[in-house]
Amino acid sequence: MTVIIFTLIVLFGSLLAGFLGSLTGLGGGVIIIPLLTLVLGVDIHYAIGASIISVIATSSGSAAAYVKEGITNIRIGMFLEIATTVGAVLGAVLAVYLNPGYIAVVFGCILIFSALAALRKKADHSDNLAVSGLGNKFKLNGSYPDCGRQHPYTVKHVPGGFFMMLFAGTLSGLLGIGSGALKVIAMDNIMRIPFKVSTTTSNFMMGVTAAASAVVYLHRGQIDPGIAMPVALGVLTGAQIGSRVLLRTQTGMLKKVFAVVIIFLALQMIYNGLSGKI
Amino acid sequence: MSKEPRHYTGDKDIQVIIGTLLRTGVYTSLGIVLLGGIIFMVSHARQPVDYSIFRAQGPRLASIGGILRGVLTLDGMAVIQFGILLLIFTPIARVVFSIFSFLIERDYLYVAIGLLILTIIGISMNGGFTH
Repeated sequence: MTVIIFTLIVLFGSLLAGFLGSLTGLGGGVIIIPLLTLVLGVDIHYAIGASIISVIATSSGSAAAYVKEGITNIRIGMFLEIATTVGAVLGAVLAVYLNPGYIAVVFGCILIFSALAALRKKADHSDNLAVSGLGNKFKLNGSYPDCGRQHPYTVKHVPGGFFMMLFAGTLSGLLGIGSGALKVIAMDNIMRIPFKVSTTTSNFMMGVTAAASAVVYLHRGQIDPGIAMPVALGVLTGAQIGSRVLLRTQTGMLKKVFAVVIIFLALQMIYNGLSGKI
Repeated sequence: MSKEPRHYTGDKDIQVIIGTLLRTGVYTSLGIVLLGGIIFMVSHARQPVDYSIFRAQGPRLASIGGILRGVLTLDGMAVIQFGILLLIFTPIARVVFSIFSFLIERDYLYVAIGLLILTIIGISMNGGFTH
């Protein structure tokens, strides 16, 4: 394959990955890595390096809009970034010592988990009643604007959320993905943060988390400009088209169809990982 | 410690500046990536590629010094890598900016948290763990 053909295929695939990732809320990274490794036979180390770059681009791009609207809780974001950046560096270092086959198997499992989590109906557990000592101490309680008024909320179970974020960061660094599904568990289910705030704050944190592992990957020579260029440009463009379409369409059916495709890709990753093809 | 929940709303100006910083950073760096991509395509379009086996990039494209030297010679690969470097620094610049804004608010706890995040990234940048 020549450079120009490879670049065009990857560019088109990344566009699609970014588009679907944004429609389904899964993110582009979980789709581009199977595409590069399974379809184009790219070594998983290169695929992870390129994917982490696209995570920085898409998350920073959309975080910009949410921060301006005042929904993102910057204090919660920065407090939990301590956990995610430590995890991200650990994950990226761990990737050096792990057999690529194991990485593919872990990736497949997280992929299945994320697809199922995206299908589940989300329940808002937030309230403004419970008081947590650490939530006050770290000034995590806040309020967000919706329908013209401010909704105050409090944050619970801070240590539990912090440890879940450490885990999410480690997987992000190991697999080159944003691990949004795990961040949402930490914030929605454990810390009981309102859904709107947790989604936007998780997006806000992804950029720094991905940057922490990207510097390790860059240093290790895993970021190849020939792959990272079409992946970053394609995923960002696709994600932006996706977020515009999202405002106008019902995604329920699409999510279901897509979850089936994702689970098929995940099983393929696990199979190739176990049989030593990756 | 008080038992009443306390609420903190962010400063509107700071949110707008952080939003603009992130957006400008992403578009500038991807603009450079695109430019490098065009230079690279013009010079290498018909070369064969094989990414099936991982071979680590040499220091030419894996260190800040090497990338900057390549940019000066307008090497397409190095220009792409320079754009990627800027992209990586965009969220890091956001942390630096937040530290200053918390300093103005006299919120020293969050100044310390910001510095801690920068330290973690700094340690990983120096590659203390990677070799």
